[in-house]
Amino acid sequence: MSGKKITRGVASVFLAVLSLVYVYPLFIILINSFKLKTFINLEPFKFPNENTWVGVENYQSGIDNYGLLSGVGWTLMITIGSVIVILLFCSMFAWFITRVNSVFSKILYILCVFSMVVPFQMVMFTLSKTADTLKLNTPWGIIIIYLGFGTGLAVFLFSGFVKGIPLEIEEAATIDGCSPPVIFFRIVLPIMQPTYISIGILQTMWIWNDFLLPYLVLDQRRYRTISMIIQSMRGSYGRVDMGAIMACLVMAVIPMIVFYLCAQKHIIEGVAAGAVKG
Amino acid sequence: MNKALKRYFPLFILPTLAAFIIGFIAPFIMGLWLSFCEFTTVQNATFVGFKNYARAFSDPTFLYSLGFTALFAVTSLVIINIAAFALATVLTRKLKGTNIFRTIFFMPNLIGGIVLGYIWQLILNGILINFNVALNLSAKYGFWGLIVLTCWQQIGYMMVIYIAGLQTIPGELNEAADIDGATGRQRLFSITIPMMKPSITICTFLTIINGFKLFDQNLALTAGEPARATEMLALNIFNTFYGRVGFEGVGQAKAVMFFILVVSIGLIQLRVTRGKEAR
Repeated sequence: MSGKKITRGVASVFLAVLSLVYVYPLFIILINSFKLKTFINLEPFKFPNENTWVGVENYQSGIDNYGLLSGVGWTLMITIGSVIVILLFCSMFAWFITRVNSVFSKILYILCVFSMVVPFQMVMFTLSKTADTLKLNTPWGIIIIYLGFGTGLAVFLFSGFVKGIPLEIEEAATIDGCSPPVIFFRIVLPIMQPTYISIGILQTMWIWNDFLLPYLVLDQRRYRTISMIIQSMRGSYGRVDMGAIMACLVMAVIPMIVFYLCAQKHIIEGVAAGAVKG
Repeated sequence: MNKALKRYFPLFILPTLAAFIIGFIAPFIMGLWLSFCEFTTVQNATFVGFKNYARAFSDPTFLYSLGFTALFAVTSLVIINIAAFALATVLTRKLKGTNIFRTIFFMPNLIGGIVLGYIWQLILNGILINFNVALNLSAKYGFWGLIVLTCWQQIGYMMVIYIAGLQTIPGELNEAADIDGATGRQRLFSITIPMMKPSITICTFLTIINGFKLFDQNLALTAGEPARATEMLALNIFNTFYGRVGFEGVGQAKAVMFFILVVSIGLIQLRVTRGKEAR
């Protein structure tokens, strides 16, 4: 028995050390975001000392010179707006094509599944041209693009759930004289609450962190997401403002970490559910 | 119900369908068509047949990036899956703090590829500088840098899937094995791995497809340097489109081949999964 205890002890210590290794990279960017920018590349692993500590100067520089705050704002707005739109319209779409048995419904479902496997590079060029032509190159327009590109996964997962809802509930409501919109919003939507949460989480993780789609679609002179700002700061190789980059990295990570800590249980479950689509 | 619902077609279907056409169907069909055309914008396209495909294959950087990506995908597949499986078996042994460990290992998935790339660029260059080298000096460093980054990101994710799989193995199986006096190794190879085949299939294909699709991390960590030696497929396609004027058609042809490659891997996976269910 004591042999087992020792192995357990060893395993616990090993996991604890590994956890520290896992958190370490985030810790590094945090301490470097308070360091004098010329010292970041020279001694990335050292704590800021009295000579290199600059307080929030890097964040100030990020805000003044690179539009850090508006970047966070636009990213937040695009993420929240797109997730709400995707959840609402895709759940309605999925309910309709699952309940209406027609060839058209089947074709739509197959197209949705198909779109999940298509890599973004396939549509990248034509999508950005379409978005330009239709004047969807604003943070409001890009929500429509996200709805279109997010349809596949969302409809696939919603349909899977709708199939599990017993038809009798809806039939009873029809006999009581409820119209389809009333049935959807008063009965189906509340039942699907857990599915809304997991799909909402998957889409939030995707859209907040997305780089290429907003980079190609948005009018860069006016709107930039946080990922676009970070990528643009690389600029000319010699004169990169490492301090401001660190501040932007921290600002890109913190909202997601807060989100993770708040919804941690749902996130891990949601991912396990989303993975089954594999 | 069915008939009543059909009348509400405009409300339930049209918004999503319109966006789906704008955001996916139209660009996809145009993309297929344009891969057979020469163009700089969509309007001035002229049909050229398979010329773009021929030009794509005569581009040495494309074939190089294909090889580099395949090597990367296989290497990351092996390392990620072994590590994730090992972590999952340890974490299902009812140790103290299992939930905290699981939370921490999964966390990197919440962070975007661009951010990950710059975090690891700082750390890896900070280590390599002690040996007087840097990430952008040799393809070898770039390759292993990308592997380290991808492992840090994906091990936690695959671990979650493996944990879910391990929890479905009935406890009686292991108890019976204990009574029969099976060793840990026998139990792993005769019970755990056979019972875990569905999870292993999912994770293997997820990691290989993620490997082929990798873009943001590649762009941020190495941007293909030195001299396009760490340029992966997705980045190669991107650079063909936006790097050189007049190569848009070639870029689109490469994108179509990339699409076919990813779909083929997906179809193989489907066959493997279906085959197992039938047995």
